[in-house]
This record gives sequence, structure tokens and C-alpha cells, in this order.
Amino acid sequence: MIPASFEYLRAASTAEALSLLAEHGPEAKIIAGGHSLLPLMKLRLASPSVLIDVARIRELSYIRDLGDHVAVGALTRHCDVHRSTLLQTEVPLLAHVAGVVGDPQVRHRGTIGGSLVHGDPASDLPAAVLALGATLVLTGPAGTREVSAREFFRGFLETAVEPDELLTEIRLPKMDGAGWSFQKFNLRAQDWAIVGVAAVGAKAGGGIALVNMAATPVRATAVEQAVAAGASVVDAASAASAGLDPPTDLNASAAYRRHLASVLVRRALHEIETRPSR
Amino acid sequence: MKIHITVNEHVEEHDVEARQLLVQFLRETVGLTGTNIGCDTSSCGACTVLVDGESVKSCTVLTAQADGSAVTTIEGLAGSDGSLHPVQEAFREHHGLQCGYCTPGMVMAAVSLIAENPGLDEAGVRLGLEGNLCRCTGYHNIVQAVLAASASVSR
Repeated sequence: MIPASFEYLRAASTAEALSLLAEHGPEAKIIAGGHSLLPLMKLRLASPSVLIDVARIRELSYIRDLGDHVAVGALTRHCDVHRSTLLQTEVPLLAHVAGVVGDPQVRHRGTIGGSLVHGDPASDLPAAVLALGATLVLTGPAGTREVSAREFFRGFLETAVEPDELLTEIRLPKMDGAGWSFQKFNLRAQDWAIVGVAAVGAKAGGGIALVNMAATPVRATAVEQAVAAGASVVDAASAASAGLDPPTDLNASAAYRRHLASVLVRRALHEIETRPSR
Repeated sequence: MKIHITVNEHVEEHDVEARQLLVQFLRETVGLTGTNIGCDTSSCGACTVLVDGESVKSCTVLTAQADGSAVTTIEGLAGSDGSLHPVQEAFREHHGLQCGYCTPGMVMAAVSLIAENPGLDEAGVRLGLEGNLCRCTGYHNIVQAVLAASASVSR
């Protein structure tokens, strides 16, 4: 399968990428690792007339300790997030989740920013940053603005990024030794999760986010409230799909997804209780 | 567009279409057909090659994205005297193949896996090869071969 023809441009800096975006408008797509975009282009589900390759913008690949949070450049690859000792110590949920995206070959190419702006509800990293209460930094012609992960995911494959903006940084609050869990249920290695759960303990805000249970990654608000009110793990987990209308597809019916969500949330809450925190 | 890629230590300069995939470049432009196309959807790993030493699925990388990089394919592993790479040697010794279609991708994925993870155990090999499918289901000997290669490299 061959993508439709396009013009290929390469940006060496954030400023150059923004200027190319301004010049080519909504016909242009940004490509980083390309492991979400190229499959769509090969299937001709996407056929941008201009591709702006940002993968070599070195200034957007970093992991920095900024006191109460860790800042990750949007072009940091999954393998580098996974191997970061800083993230393994301070935001272990994110380091872990980056290591279960796709397979090693995919993780050598894919970037955290690319995964987030693709906005696929079946992807792992969007749910992780949602559970962690991350802040996303968008850069456009008028400067930068900050958007909370909760406001970032707008709809199926739709995010808060405007056509003239780039996601440039992800700010992750340190987890302060809180317990955490990531549950990914699939039938084959390297598949997307049929349902997944990213969850952190109360010390890290108690966020619980679900993979593939709606058109966007979503917080399991009813579970979070039940846990905060002192409900048992089993009772809290039974509210996993409250208010949600999960999709039916080839892998699973909506009813199966609801059942799976409550089972996986229960496992996640148990793991948070039993995982040693520091 | 003009690109410049070092393939198996040989500089390749060509004028290619922007939409050309790296696997097509290797097979059709350079003429190295050891890299196979399997699923063409970055699932099966048959097209795995190394870009700057790291395994990637060349059906999901544009030639343009690899411009300026060093690519290693299965043809580039053996020494110039024909001596096999330790991973190739281990696949032969442990009969890590059945029909052979997935083998180039398996070998290239294993080279990258071993380089990144010294002292692999069996679970590490199985997890590390999750991106490569063998439709003969010949995984047992493949895993044995990669374990042996890992041990021989660390000796």
C-alpha cells in the first residue's frame, strides 16, 4: 500500500515548523515517528498534500526535572520515556506505559507528542497523562498556552491543538511515591487494548482513566469519587462504566467492555493498595 | 527528492518519490530483497531493519525520514569474508526457522534487542520479539536461538 502523493518538508526548529504550518495551512500534517499517520495514509484514510517532518527538531526531545514536575519534550520517543531513570523514579506510571505501546520497533519511532495529538481513545499514553493530571503545552504563532489533559481530548482523533499549533511539551506532576497501576487487556501481544485502565493513588491525585471506553480517553469520575468517599474496592470498581457509552466493534461488544472495565478497575485499585509506595 | 542513505556501509544517493517507503527503497531502488514485506501494516515485523542501530519496521518509515541515516539489512550482517553474525550463527545452530519468511526480520529484531538488553532471559526474549510474527509458529527454536546469541555476545 502506497500513500497518495504529497510534498515532503523537513523542519529543523520549532519556529521553522510553525512557519511551514502557517504557510501551508490545514492541508499540511505534522509527521514525527509516523506510526499513527503513515498507516492512515497507506490506507488512504488520510491524504495530506504536505507533510512537515518534525522528527529532527532536537530542542523538543528531552526529559527534565523541574522540581514538582517532570517536563517531557513532545518529540521524546517511547523507548526514551521508558528508559528514563528520572521518569521511572518520579512518574513511574508514564515510564511503564511508554514501554507497553506497540512493540520495540514501534517504540523506536513513536513519540509521546505524536501519540497524544493523534488522540486515539484506544492508545495507552493518552489515558496515562489523563490519570496523571498532566499539563500539555501548545505552541503557536502567538506563543504558548497550557491545556490540562482533561481539556485536551475533544473527540475521536480530535484534540485541542489548533491547525497552526504544535504540541511542544508535556508536564507531569511527580507522583510522590504514590501507588499506581496500568491494566491493558488485549488478545494478542502488540494489539491495542480492548479496554485499559491507568490509575494512580491518592497521593498523586487519585486519577483513574479508561482506554477505549468512549470516543476519547476518559476519567472514571464515579470510581474516583467512590474511592475518595471510602468505598470498598469492589464497590468502587462497579461504577467503572457509569455514564459511559462504550463502543461495540469486532473485538468486543459494549456490554463486554463494561464488564471488562469493572474487572480491570478492580485489579488496578488492588494493585495500587498493594504496590509498595515510598 | 534527493536522499543520501548509507545501506550496509555503502552510500546510496538517489532521487526518490517523497511517498516511497523505506522497504521499497531497499528492495526496489537498492535491489536488496532480503528484507521481506509481510503484512505491510507494521504488525508482523518481516520488514524489520536497523536504522542507526535500532530496529524499525521499514514498511512504516518513509525513505525521506531515513535520509542521512545508516541502515543495516540482513545482507549487511555477515562479515566480508562470509562469516556469519553471532545471531545468524545461532539461528542456524538452533534451527530458528521453518519456512524462513519471517527470519530476516526476526534476526534484525534480535540484533537490536540483544544490543539494548544485555543478559536476556527467556521471558525477555519472548516479550522483546512481540513485534515479529512467525506464521509457522516456530517460536520455540527462535527463542532458543536468540537466547544463545545473547549469551555468546555477552561472553
